[in-house]
Amino acid sequence: MSLQARLVVRRGDFTLDLELTAAPGEVVALLGPNGAGKTTALRALAGLLAIDDGHIVLNDRRIDDPAIRAFTAPEHRRIGVVFQDYLLFPTMSALENVAFGPRARGVPRATARATATAWLDRVGLAEHLRKRPRQLSGGQAQRVALARALATEPQLLLLDEPLAALDARTRLETRAQLRGHLSGYAGATVLVTHDPLDALMLADRLVIIEDGRVVQTGDAAQITTRPQTDYVARLVGLNLYRGRSAGSAVTLPSGFVLTTATTQEGDVFVAFPPAAVALYAERPSGSPRNTWPATVASVSRHGDALRIELTGPIPVAADVTPAAGVQLGLEPGRTIWASLKATEATSYPAA
Amino acid sequence: MVPAFVGLAFLVFPLVGLLVRAPWTTLPERLTEPGILAALRLSLLTASLATVACVILGVPLAWLLARVSFPGRKLVRALVTVPLVLPPVVGGVALLLVFGRRGLLGAWLDSTFGVTLPFTTTGVVVAEAFVAMPFLVISVEGALRGADARYEEAAATLGASRWTAFRRVTLPMIAPGVAAGAVLCWARALGEFGATITFAGNFPGRTQTMPLAVYLALEQDVDAAIVLSLLLLVVSVAVLAGLRDKWISP
Repeated sequence: MSLQARLVVRRGDFTLDLELTAAPGEVVALLGPNGAGKTTALRALAGLLAIDDGHIVLNDRRIDDPAIRAFTAPEHRRIGVVFQDYLLFPTMSALENVAFGPRARGVPRATARATATAWLDRVGLAEHLRKRPRQLSGGQAQRVALARALATEPQLLLLDEPLAALDARTRLETRAQLRGHLSGYAGATVLVTHDPLDALMLADRLVIIEDGRVVQTGDAAQITTRPQTDYVARLVGLNLYRGRSAGSAVTLPSGFVLTTATTQEGDVFVAFPPAAVALYAERPSGSPRNTWPATVASVSRHGDALRIELTGPIPVAADVTPAAGVQLGLEPGRTIWASLKATEATSYPAA
Repeated sequence: MVPAFVGLAFLVFPLVGLLVRAPWTTLPERLTEPGILAALRLSLLTASLATVACVILGVPLAWLLARVSFPGRKLVRALVTVPLVLPPVVGGVALLLVFGRRGLLGAWLDSTFGVTLPFTTTGVVVAEAFVAMPFLVISVEGALRGADARYEEAAATLGASRWTAFRRVTLPMIAPGVAAGAVLCWARALGEFGATITFAGNFPGRTQTMPLAVYLALEQDVDAAIVLSLLLLVVSVAVLAGLRDKWISP
């Protein structure tokens, strides 16, 4: 149950052009900012939107291909969708919602209801079969939506921002449950989200799109340590610069030189976490490398630390303890010295 | 405030007049006159049949207008509302020209099936449906526009055809709108006069509905006209009140 697709959708100025594959049992997250084309890609896969170019091949069957005028209507492709706001049918009970798919595919009523009951039991809602969608909590509705999509035994499962409508606490719990259900599902899953945590925790592989195009793919480790764009770097909380490397010295376009722990030649990215940046009131003595004067642009809370945004020869984010922040008198406009430990800065080739 | 009260009085006062002038003492005998009961039965029957016809044809038409975009949709929507503003007598004349024995379709219906519509009970239903259908279409189209079309998409991803999605998902969601439209439609059909008398004539027991009987009675026996009017008023108000609590919430 595998997916190979190239999705090209043109809408005015916007063009989505996306290669996407998913192996049986694999969970692929499509991660990107709002307006990147994630939902468009999902709608194209589901057949709710015709692609202008490219192809969709599901289990070796070419379900969409404009070049040969092939298009399969949504009701004839076996693709389950969990919509962002779930779209549970308001006039039906939870049980009827889940039984709807099997019924629509011609399964006898009693069998469909038995299937639906089993699915609702699996997602822990055996007690809520008769409830209407509006009587369910957000987390429960999400699970009904998942059961409804899976009850049709889809060859591909699509999840559109499956956790976005939930509050923080329910989200944590539902995410863990969803992870369990996805690992029990044999088909391929494509998950759309703008939340890096959802993507990292639920997906085996991440496809990051910006402005309709793939900017980076990889597993969680690759994405979190080697971001290729500012957007990804911001998502995973790293400082990211592009420059030319000679040995361990990377020259940025501004002429500023960063010393890294790794040696590379040519076009590279340099990444380091905000916690690797230390701040001093006076110029630190000792190693003159990776030390520069900077001006505090903003101070905000970030977990247990203070996140300091600095301007200067390079814009950089630094994390310091609240105690250090008070001691240094960090407030916008203050000039200080920043120092980066070379051992914490890694360089890697720019793709 | 004053214009509001004047407006209310203007709407209610004629009904009060009807009650004041009603021949209460002779009411029971008058109500059981065979002519009256026949007219009432015919009115209820034709209005109900016309409503059923409007629902069967009007709901798909409303769906088409609300959900499918096609060239000329605005024009079609305007055409649907024409019977609403058209004087009913003109509607009746137009129906005669089309379904009359020598009409565009009537001649064909007559020669092929031996069916003639004008001056028959079926003709009454046709005339009433023609006049009342816009009420249903407008009401259902409004309800459809208010219902999120994405539910139909969700149904499609679950394997439902368009028809199944409409029948099992959308129709239950817009049921109050359909009910409201059907009630308006029925009330309009019940009161239909102009198109009916033009297209179906005024034959007691066959095409003489209550409004026609009222008109006829007014020329001979005012009290009879009042009794008929009162009956019509009671029937419409009763049906409206009965359905209002059940389906139509403001």
